[in-house]
Amino acid sequence: MSAVERHRNILDFTLASLMRRKGKNSALIVVYTLVVFVLASALFFTQAIRREAGLVLTDAPELVVQRLVAGRHDLIPTAYLEKIRDIRGVTGARSRLWGYYYDATVGANYTLEVPLEAPPPEGSVIVGEGLARTSGAAVDSLMPFRTTRGEITTFAVSKILPSDSSLVSADLVLLSEKDFREMFGVDRAHATDLAVTVRNKKEIPVIARKIAEALPDTRTISRDEILRTYDAVFSWRGGIMLALLAGAVLAFVIFAWDRAAGLSAEERKEIGILKAIGWETSDVLLMKFWEGVAVSLTAFLLGIVAAYVHVFFASAGLFEPVLKGWSVLYPRFRLVPFIDFPQVAALFFLTVVPYTVATVIPSWRAATVDPDAVMRG
Amino acid sequence: MILHPSIIALLTGSILTSGMLLYAAVFAVQILRHWDLSSGSELQLQLERKTYLISTLMTYALGFQLIALFLFIYTANSLCSQLIGAMCAVGSLKANQWGYPAVVLQAVSFLVAGVWLVVNGADNRGYDYPLVRKKYLLLLIVAPLVMAQTIVEALYFLSLKVNIITSCCGTLFGANVTDQSGNLLSLPRVPLQIAFWGIFAVTFAAGLAFCLRGRLGWLYAAGSALFLPVAIASLISFVSPYVYELPTHHCPFCLLQPEYRYIGYLFYLTIFTGGVAGLGTGVLLPFRRIPSLAELLPSYLRRLAVLGLACYTVFTVSAVVEIAFSHLRI
Repeated sequence: MSAVERHRNILDFTLASLMRRKGKNSALIVVYTLVVFVLASALFFTQAIRREAGLVLTDAPELVVQRLVAGRHDLIPTAYLEKIRDIRGVTGARSRLWGYYYDATVGANYTLEVPLEAPPPEGSVIVGEGLARTSGAAVDSLMPFRTTRGEITTFAVSKILPSDSSLVSADLVLLSEKDFREMFGVDRAHATDLAVTVRNKKEIPVIARKIAEALPDTRTISRDEILRTYDAVFSWRGGIMLALLAGAVLAFVIFAWDRAAGLSAEERKEIGILKAIGWETSDVLLMKFWEGVAVSLTAFLLGIVAAYVHVFFASAGLFEPVLKGWSVLYPRFRLVPFIDFPQVAALFFLTVVPYTVATVIPSWRAATVDPDAVMRG
Repeated sequence: MILHPSIIALLTGSILTSGMLLYAAVFAVQILRHWDLSSGSELQLQLERKTYLISTLMTYALGFQLIALFLFIYTANSLCSQLIGAMCAVGSLKANQWGYPAVVLQAVSFLVAGVWLVVNGADNRGYDYPLVRKKYLLLLIVAPLVMAQTIVEALYFLSLKVNIITSCCGTLFGANVTDQSGNLLSLPRVPLQIAFWGIFAVTFAAGLAFCLRGRLGWLYAAGSALFLPVAIASLISFVSPYVYELPTHHCPFCLLQPEYRYIGYLFYLTIFTGGVAGLGTGVLLPFRRIPSLAELLPSYLRRLAVLGLACYTVFTVSAVVEIAFSHLRI
């Protein structure tokens, strides 16, 4: 009998014996699946959102220059632009205007921004999908805003941003430069910050240093740093979730251990008979191995598929508030499905490996029972 | 310390594997001290039963080690975005002094554990446990290796510092920025190519002779053992630039990326499996004369040699295919 044949026969026997004890085994598989599902959801969600952040930032400027006054972000004189443009390696520098606005009627913060390209005409705004949903704004309707002088001014909604970009644009209000300056009382000589584009990515640190030397009251933030921070923050959130779920994994491992250690008299008898009719210890161990594979594979695949559906089709309803952060205007979005080898391997180490380690000694105990003692007892 | 999901997974896996091996090592000491096949004592029966447990533990440990090796490289690769100056796993592993020792320890412990399983397979074929003492002596080498690997890996991850934005200004000015792209080491190309083809030819010829006639086994084993490091060095020195189609890129880890059709998995799996088969053959050759193995060992060794040869050939052929179909011409 070839080795493959032997494995096949033992696997066949194992599956039949698992099916014979459906109730007991399905309880284990349900718990196992749940553990995989929870861990996989946390992992998939954080990784997908990490990727999303990376994709969003690919269009961001290489460097952002902000002015600091007493350690706080302050308006920056637009005269600084000339000094920055003089630095070799800088291909362009533009001033940006943006800020936040609290809308008391909706109870939410909006992000107001003057787009660098194609700003809306004066007196009108373009709003994000989440904001339109919450405030009930539609195209051509009027939106009231309070200016810094306390007056009410209204803008016509000229367009609603498509929802596919809603992760970044849910709370966005785009308006013209003149409207922005009037509303917040920012004079023409100042801007919120400066966006700098650089020809060669490797020169970014050098240029940042030169800017810091020429303009000592500013700080520069590079796109890579923002990316790195997002990466670290989302990885960290995913890690925290996993660490919190360690208790669940531990409980599951104890459950699996207990179940594997407490073989019923019937199962012991079965193994005893198998050995009496000529099975060797290694055959019984092989059977136990296939049993573990069948249980783990079923639970692992079910758990991963359920987590996939949960995260990518149901927007991770269970964890969203914890992992995404806190905001009134939740963007409604679907993450781009993304799974790769490391995620699956990490899940494997967090679920299948502990399960296997917990059951290996009980399996061996079962496999080395004395047929004579079992059948007599 | 970075609380990254993969890091948590890797450390969990390593600690569990080390635990299993520690248990096995304690048992190995018992076997070395008390094993006596002629005795029918309770202790001897216990020991004989436990050998099954140890085989199972080692098989699992080896499987976990293999997955962990790839996950480790992958994690290092994905960490590079959080470390200044790192562009792929090469840079991340250079972030502190523990990165490369961790990779090397992982590869070595995988190889030694593989050889252990080969010896174990041979031992199980003899009815009187002919290799039991040697096997458990070898286990006492595997266990400390895996534990050392766990410790070094933990040190590596725990001493990683992430460069993120601080409140005063970008960390940019605090860290000295060095570009650590994939220029690991590039050994002189021509001598390495000669060594690669020379050793491959010798190993292949000796392996063939061993499979067909049962001769030149030593030469095959020695060739296999030499081919393993030479193949890895060649991969870095003159195969990888063709895969990347970039003459200056010599990264051994980017090969595992989807951009390069995961070709690295094929390369590393064949190198390591071939290495384990070749080393295992060499370790088992002296035992052909043991009476209880005399009948079964030669066919076992032949199958091992076939596996080893097949792996090395697949590796060489796929490397040649990569070079032939690359758009890079040097």
